[in-house]
Amino acid sequence: MVSKIWGYFIIIGIVFSLISGNAVKINETILMSTKTSLELLLQIFPVIALWLGIANIATVSGLLEKLAKSLTKVLGPLFPEIPKNHISLSYIASNIIANVFGLGNAATPFGLKAMSSLQELNTDKSKASRSMITFTTINTSGVTIVPTTIIALRILYGSSNPTATVVSTLIATSLATLAGLLFDYLFARRSHE
Amino acid sequence: MSNYILPFMVLGIVAYGLVKKIDLYDTFLEGSKESFKMCLTIFPNLLAMIISVNILIDSGILEFLINLLLPLLKVPIEVISLAIMRPISGNATLALLNTIYTKYGVDHFYSLLASTIQGCTDTTLYVIALYYGSIGIKKTRYALKASLLADVVGITASILVCHFLFG
Repeated sequence: MVSKIWGYFIIIGIVFSLISGNAVKINETILMSTKTSLELLLQIFPVIALWLGIANIATVSGLLEKLAKSLTKVLGPLFPEIPKNHISLSYIASNIIANVFGLGNAATPFGLKAMSSLQELNTDKSKASRSMITFTTINTSGVTIVPTTIIALRILYGSSNPTATVVSTLIATSLATLAGLLFDYLFARRSHE
Repeated sequence: MSNYILPFMVLGIVAYGLVKKIDLYDTFLEGSKESFKMCLTIFPNLLAMIISVNILIDSGILEFLINLLLPLLKVPIEVISLAIMRPISGNATLALLNTIYTKYGVDHFYSLLASTIQGCTDTTLYVIALYYGSIGIKKTRYALKASLLADVVGITASILVCHFLFG
């Protein structure tokens, strides 16, 4: 599905810009995208390097394993395919915790580690496993209690109440996450039959 | 509050490692080295996603379609664009959020609504492409469908909740 969407975006985008006489702009977009993606990589590379270092201390010292044990009860029911006390639960939890507090940068390395440890459990390496999909569904519906970027931006614009949207965001994001888990459960059941 | 989370997380992890008498420095380096490999794997995914999303957004087709829909809706074009682009591009929507704050004032209803939409979900397409791409999985099955449906619920909920709280 991602592959098709990727193709459609490019084809629709280029065809529309040619029709609407936007060829110059799209030419620049294609050339600039390479630069933009390198800049993005340079932005996240040092953050990933930092957090993989810290995460390795947590792994080797046994802290993540301990965390996984205490989380099995909470996260276990959502991820029935992950064996008890498996380390991937710790990475999933670390990713969720970082997202909850609006630390998007720290969340990415933990998320990527979670995916690679879920891939170790995956029986068909070419296909997404049920646990992976549950994890990305929770992740993309964005469990955020402290939307740091938005609060910072609202302060910057001189808001009289920078945290005004914390409650509304929390309600909306919780509903999105719950709905996501429901869709995930229904699709998983359907694909199983 | 979030200023305290990060230092405490680092402190807790390092202190625990010290208590467990592991070689902190070498362990850090060993983990950190992995980042090179990880970044090499994710770069093509980043590049592919950015090119495709930027071509779509810069072509102006989304504005064109939204303008066709506009007479049917009561909210301004920037807010609708934000809702539609939210799962596709985090940078584009952050730019739109700035525009909305400037145009209507940061405490206006539209700004509160836009902030809620921005905060209620993540950039779904980017996360899916990056996370599955990093482990070489192309068959994502129902992953995108489940996430995008959750986004629709999140955005709908944002509109309802904001009308109720701020309307």
